[in-house]
Amino acid sequence: MIPFDYQRADDADSAVATVTGHPQAQFLGGGTNLVDHMKLGVADPELLVDISRLPLDEVTELDDGGLRIGATVRNSDLAAHPLIRRRYPVLAEALLAGASGQLRNMATTGGNLLQRTRCVYFQDVTMACNKREPGSGCAALEGYTRYHAILGASDGCVAVHPSDMAVAMAALDATVVVLGAAGERRIPLAEFHRLPGSEPQRDTVLEHGELITAVDLPASTPRRQAYRKVRDRASYAFALVSVAAVVKVDAAEGEPCITDARIALGGVAHKPWRASRAEETLSGAAPSVESFRRAAEAELEQADPLGDNGFKIPMVRNTMVAVLADLTGVEPEAVA
Amino acid sequence: MSEILESTEIGRPMVRQDGPAKVRGLAPYAYEQPVQDPLHLHPVQSTIALGCIVSIDTSAAEALPGVVAVLTHENAPRLANTDDAELAVLQGHEVGFRGQFIGAVLAESPEVARQAAAAVVVDYEAEEHDADFRADHPQLTEPNAATADTFDGDVDTALRAAAHTVEATYTTPAEHNNPMEPHTTIALWDERGLTLYDSTQGPHPVRQTIAPVFGLQPDQVHVIAPHIGGGFGSKGLPHANVVLTALAAQRSGGRPVKLALTRQQMFTVAGYRTPTIQQVRLGADDDGRLSAVAMDAVEQTSKIKEFTEESGQPARMMYATPNRQVTQRLARLDIPVPSWMRAPGKCPGMFGPEVAMDEIAEACALDPIELRVRNEPESDPETGKPYSSRRLLDCLAEGAKRFGWDRRNARPGQRVQGRWRVGLGVAASTYPFLRQFSEAKVSYSADGTYAVHIGAADLGTGAWTALTQIAADALGVSAHRIRLEIGDTALPVASVAGGSSGTASWGAAIIAAADEFLAKFGVEPDPGAEVQTAAPRDSAQKEYAMHSFGAQFAEVCVNVDTGEVRVPRMLGVFSAGRIINAGTARSQFIGGMSMGIGMALHEQSVMDARFGSFVNHDFAEYHVPANADIADVDAVWLDEVDPLAGPLGARGIGEIGIVGAAAAVANATYNATGIRVRDLPLTPDKFL
Ligand SMILES: Cc1cc2nc3c(=O)[nH]c(=O)nc-3n(C[C@H](O)[C@H](O)[C@H](O)COP(=O)(O)OP(=O)(O)OC[C@H]3O[C@@H](n4cnc5c(N)ncnc54)[C@H](O)[C@@H]3O)c2cc1C
Ligand code: SF4
Repeated sequence: MIPFDYQRADDADSAVATVTGHPQAQFLGGGTNLVDHMKLGVADPELLVDISRLPLDEVTELDDGGLRIGATVRNSDLAAHPLIRRRYPVLAEALLAGASGQLRNMATTGGNLLQRTRCVYFQDVTMACNKREPGSGCAALEGYTRYHAILGASDGCVAVHPSDMAVAMAALDATVVVLGAAGERRIPLAEFHRLPGSEPQRDTVLEHGELITAVDLPASTPRRQAYRKVRDRASYAFALVSVAAVVKVDAAEGEPCITDARIALGGVAHKPWRASRAEETLSGAAPSVESFRRAAEAELEQADPLGDNGFKIPMVRNTMVAVLADLTGVEPEAVA
Repeated sequence: MSEILESTEIGRPMVRQDGPAKVRGLAPYAYEQPVQDPLHLHPVQSTIALGCIVSIDTSAAEALPGVVAVLTHENAPRLANTDDAELAVLQGHEVGFRGQFIGAVLAESPEVARQAAAAVVVDYEAEEHDADFRADHPQLTEPNAATADTFDGDVDTALRAAAHTVEATYTTPAEHNNPMEPHTTIALWDERGLTLYDSTQGPHPVRQTIAPVFGLQPDQVHVIAPHIGGGFGSKGLPHANVVLTALAAQRSGGRPVKLALTRQQMFTVAGYRTPTIQQVRLGADDDGRLSAVAMDAVEQTSKIKEFTEESGQPARMMYATPNRQVTQRLARLDIPVPSWMRAPGKCPGMFGPEVAMDEIAEACALDPIELRVRNEPESDPETGKPYSSRRLLDCLAEGAKRFGWDRRNARPGQRVQGRWRVGLGVAASTYPFLRQFSEAKVSYSADGTYAVHIGAADLGTGAWTALTQIAADALGVSAHRIRLEIGDTALPVASVAGGSSGTASWGAAIIAAADEFLAKFGVEPDPGAEVQTAAPRDSAQKEYAMHSFGAQFAEVCVNVDTGEVRVPRMLGVFSAGRIINAGTARSQFIGGMSMGIGMALHEQSVMDARFGSFVNHDFAEYHVPANADIADVDAVWLDEVDPLAGPLGARGIGEIGIVGAAAAVANATYNATGIRVRDLPLTPDKFL
């Protein structure tokens, strides 16, 4: 670890001004990701501006009926919040599927969105990694790719975004509220994280010095929601794949039909992956195992697996079908 | 046969003697030992797998405030003996594996030492390395220091004639021991020699190994290790970190030097279990009697030092057959040095054969327990000697009854609960009895207590407690009159806490010392009365085959959609001779079984052969079971005393719990799904 300076932010504006004015400064949330990276040499900020005590630690109701989650609300508090559990259970489930109790007690909403990939080569400074050191190459491409992307990757980087929370937020059509030197801007969560392209060093569209102050959740959200995470052990492991689904089924015309389906996938791409092709396929369809499978396959047609992760295609398909069947009360395919 | 000690304290689940100190944080682990004004060490590790160092620039590191010295092969003190290349740190410019120590920074704080280590610039001349472990490696060689190939009868002919055969390849991955407490050392030189506070499974073995490396007499090395946070074999012998710390302490101006390995470093320098590729062939007649058993295993070792995992060993002794072939080959690679990990040899070596037994049972249309009944040998197939005790069938029968084995459907893929397929599996378990040389001292003090001294090590297994119970019964007093001292080379010589031999070896020494004490001084000794002696050697080990046996039962659920595997229930039944402490013994058994679930489902060190590096080198990426993975794991044991296993009648329990566990889980997944996975770990993708 390289010596660094530490400041506790007094208010959001001055925190933004300080970090904007110092190219080697970084915000510090719960520190569960950043401090690890400092120990490993993956990050070497000269100045940490601790924003964890700013008054951004509340969940408040918005005038339009939505909900605002402050950037420093801890993951554990958010998961336990009665309004989240009642209206956005997919988010509570995703949070509880992430990390461990101790980590969730420290981790903040803003920090969770900005946690970096777990690609083992990214975390080892002796390895080539375009994300850590642009232009150095990508050691993963021909290497150990069990946890890597099957969708939207580039030759420059095949890493995935590891957050569970962000996947649920993507399915909820959340909006990230950001404060920069020039004022506030609002970024739809689905556009907040980037695909790697030729700039894998950039995880998100945030500019240096911009502070996440909140995440807003929209008011009218269908109540059928679920998050299913598949991982290599029963808890405390990053997703191999995950599915967040929010669906609405109407039976007005007699036959039930899907009128709203929002599906996001985790563990498959450099960002929480909104499965828009699957959503299109489902729109207006009668809920059935057959239509769910068609939807999954429509999405997965674009998949491009690497050496170790071809299994993610059937795993996503099966998980998506199972989640949707469960949410819509459709009898799953009989076990042969 | 020695006389068996009567038990009063032995057998009770006496609570851990070291428990209160540990929960209050008062039990000093190596790194926490109070020393004056220490310096901190951080290693520099090679980033190539093979080649040599052309130049090493330490100027930036040395310039950092707080850096006291940067050691490299150019300026490090010379070692007296460099025969063991793993321990010969900083003695030359050659690099033999990626992550090898090639330098070290001594600094006023661990943070500065780490920062400076990262600032050392190394220029290498890399050679093409080979880290690619494969069964068709062009230069497989016979191990030098391991059992040679064994051949009985004619396996090939027998297989051709067999009514049923199974021929398959099974693999186990590299696994890292990963005790909670990392490898830590404090080294201090003074006029008496070298003092090491070390996290080790054997203070005396550390002294024996380290003294010649530094050209010292053993009594010039003082090793102190009262409490250890686990080792699983990786602390059985000192690794390069101990030598590095002692070497650096020669340049510290007399100040103590502290080193704690990071978790990542533990994946390169602290040993690990080699991956194995096991070609298993079984032949059986229509009644399920084995006509042939062949086990041809390939393992890896490091070119700089040979270590052989004797994974062929169980196939030599588990079942009766007239035709048997067991061979082992090593791929010598430019990789970190493998070493002991819980039940070396036995643990991986029981995976392939015990799954193959499940397969041939199915081929013979026999229950896998009945198959084992039909292949029970009269005497040890490997040596021909009679068994001191072989109660595998009792374990299987007892386990079958308790576990509800009769509810297993022999046809796979038949039981479904919701979205989960459910199956049951069984496998056998075994571990040899071993007793090693140890001495103990008993003395009496005026306050009516007996001091019992022995240089044993408690890894967290319960030695503090079990040895107190043994000493109490040996002296015929209650346990509160025993003051046990262990974990120090100032105490009488004790063998390593390894090979499940500790309790039997140390216990026999304590019993011998107590017997002699009582004979000399009676039950009313004068204060100051003292006896030190070694346990007499035991002839039984020569005349009898002495092994523990067990039966492992697993129930698993495999998710139909995702392939996730869960183990809701597991039962181990063990025959291990006398159980000294019912509480700590149970912990050893279920701990071994839980680690076996980890082996079955999770553990896998991923070698990226392009770099010679284990890339998933931390606890976020290298998975050991979490609480949610361990549900109902239970262990019971047969109530017995092995009259031939020394005066305690106990055969050792530290390792058998892991042996066969992974095979039982794998066999259960087959019963659940009909998918036969022969490559560990049993990750979800393999069941999709
Ligand atoms: C062993 C382990 C297992 C884990 N398992 C999971 C898992 O299964 N699923 C999962 O989703 N996560 C998992 N995590 C990751 C965990 O969720 C993240 O570490 C955590 O959410 C990060 O939050 P933090 O507040 O500690 O962020 P920090 O470490 O403080 O910060 C992370 C980044 O965000 C920036 N930052 C923080 N707050 C703001 C803000 N308000 N505005 C702008 N920038 C900001 C920091 O500068 C830094 O770059 C795991 C972590 C560990 C260590
Ligand atoms: S996948 Fe991305 S993060 Fe991983 S090594 Fe390649 S560039 Fe780096």
